[in-house]
Amino acid sequence: MAMSQTLAADGPRGPKPRHRFSKRNIFIYGTLFVVAVYYLLPLYVMVVTSLKGMPEVRLGNIFSPPLEITFEPWVKAWATACTGLNCDGLSRGFWNSVRITVPSVILSIAIASVNGYALANWRFKGSELFFTILIIGAFIPYQVMLYPIVIILREIGLYGSLTGLVIVHSIFGMPILTLLFRNYFASLPEELFKAARVDGAGFWSIYLRIMLPMSVPIFVVAVILQITGIWNDFLFGVVYTRPDTYPMTVQLNNIVNSVQGVKEYNVNMAATLLTGLVPLVVYFISGKLFVRGIAAGAVKG
Amino acid sequence: MSATVNTSVSIQDLTLNFGVVSVLQSLNLDIAEGEFIVLLGPSGCGKSTLLNCIAGLLDISDGRIFIKGKNVTWEEPKDRGIGMVFQSYALYPQMSVEKNLSFGLKVAGTPKEEIGKRIARAAEILQIEPLLQRKPAALSGGQRQRVAIGRALVRDVDVFLFDEPLSNLDAKLRSELRVEIKRLHQRLANTMIYVTHDQIEAMTLADRIAVMRGGVIQQLDAPQAIYSRPVNRFVAGFIGSPGMNFVDGRLEESDGGWRFGAGDLSIPLSTYTFDRQPVAGPAVFGVRPEHIGLNSGSGWPFSTKATVDVVEPMGSDTLVWVRLGAQSLSVRMPSERAPQIGSQVEIGFDPMRASLFGEDGNRL
Repeated sequence: MAMSQTLAADGPRGPKPRHRFSKRNIFIYGTLFVVAVYYLLPLYVMVVTSLKGMPEVRLGNIFSPPLEITFEPWVKAWATACTGLNCDGLSRGFWNSVRITVPSVILSIAIASVNGYALANWRFKGSELFFTILIIGAFIPYQVMLYPIVIILREIGLYGSLTGLVIVHSIFGMPILTLLFRNYFASLPEELFKAARVDGAGFWSIYLRIMLPMSVPIFVVAVILQITGIWNDFLFGVVYTRPDTYPMTVQLNNIVNSVQGVKEYNVNMAATLLTGLVPLVVYFISGKLFVRGIAAGAVKG
Repeated sequence: MSATVNTSVSIQDLTLNFGVVSVLQSLNLDIAEGEFIVLLGPSGCGKSTLLNCIAGLLDISDGRIFIKGKNVTWEEPKDRGIGMVFQSYALYPQMSVEKNLSFGLKVAGTPKEEIGKRIARAAEILQIEPLLQRKPAALSGGQRQRVAIGRALVRDVDVFLFDEPLSNLDAKLRSELRVEIKRLHQRLANTMIYVTHDQIEAMTLADRIAVMRGGVIQQLDAPQAIYSRPVNRFVAGFIGSPGMNFVDGRLEESDGGWRFGAGDLSIPLSTYTFDRQPVAGPAVFGVRPEHIGLNSGSGWPFSTKATVDVVEPMGSDTLVWVRLGAQSLSVRMPSERAPQIGSQVEIGFDPMRASLFGEDGNRL
């Protein structure tokens, strides 16, 4: 047939060349750069201000780097800033927040993962209804439940205590975490679960020995969601605790919004950075794992 | 009504409903000790569901299941004396092959020495000794399925359940592992229940095949019987590849003998063995492509002229489609004798090897 036709000898061959500075690339990287600057600028201002002394802050050059670096505002914010009658800085709030966050995260994830596992693998009569009710719980505005929970906590004698707040956080984390875990466990092959049953493993032994080791990514996602969510919480903290058990966020607010005396912007900035440090560190450490967990089908559906 | 001594698995009046959908209705099946039974059918026919019921992974709506003469209807899967092999292998990904094999035994509290002995035996039988320390992710499909079989093997069970174990493998591996499963059955002589939609697997492995459709067993018989004397049109069409030729027509009685007529075609049925008393009326005549001779001349009880339409070479042999009036028939023949397209040929067959189905689709 047309085999004898001579083919053009100098046509393109091999991989198609790519231009580093194509129009497209300039546009994409340009946009990314502008957005990054937009987000990083406030952080820059905060860091710079927190390292200046008050006389320098009063000059008003908020973008200029400090002429004389001082860590005094950081020390003051951590150890001696006053909120109300207490003058021991944010350190008290930090430790309160730790004592709230750690047990809340562990408790809520432990319960929600078992919930999700049971709902995905051990369907019982009414399990779908139970799940629906739980999910509806996620849509009820917090404000509606604030006062009833105050009464409940008061009645069981936990109002104002850290234990009370831990329970509240665990309960409010339940709908979204259960959804997360249920969807993850449902995405694991069902035959694995069947094989384990044929092998004689029961409810807990399948959960602990088969499901848990396969679910590290989703646990990482849940831990990150819960740590940042609970650490950043302000509303529950201010409602359900007393001044000496205030979490860090509430204390930060009290420092920044105190009305008497001079506004110490450098101390406020340092205090804010200190408070935001924990979620920031969590993101930096686990960023990769977080993305992998989400990619594992966790947050779909 | 208890199961007889030599039945290994006995299913009585098994019914399963998912809500309003009835998947299995009053199904009965007795499987002899050491028998290799294949449940064969198209997807959605309830064959896997039946297997899951036997395994105890699905709660049944009604009926009873006996394994080794013991009523296991309410027993947990682990107490039924079964081992199961799944299509997707279902190996525990975080455990090494050895841990996968020992998991069930550890759960059951088997002593360490015994576990070691059983794993060594299973690994020897399945030739997976070099793989014991590997994770499933580092195994090929065939190796994974071997480990999955080993997991059933170490538990020393009475009945093996296979749920489409070879469907995820490529064609070559599939035929290799098929032979291995057959060898395994010959060596162990366990009862095996094997679910597949692949008729080659069914024909080669089974002592008896249960062809299923819509939750009902259509025919339960030896592979050869199912192949040569299918009880209804569904079984006839499902078994055999390339499929059986069907011709719609009428059954008529003339001169004291029965004939099948369709258009100009009139086939004498003097050599055909009727299953039941025939009556004149609409019928379907079925004949397998490999039972039709082409240009082979010598004395067929029935022969006629036809035109070659399409030729499909398949390597080992060739499928020739011929046109016969309004009918199109396929003929399987050796590749070297394949005719030219458009040529006139003579086809012939013996109605003894054909199948006749009545208006209700059942064999006549």
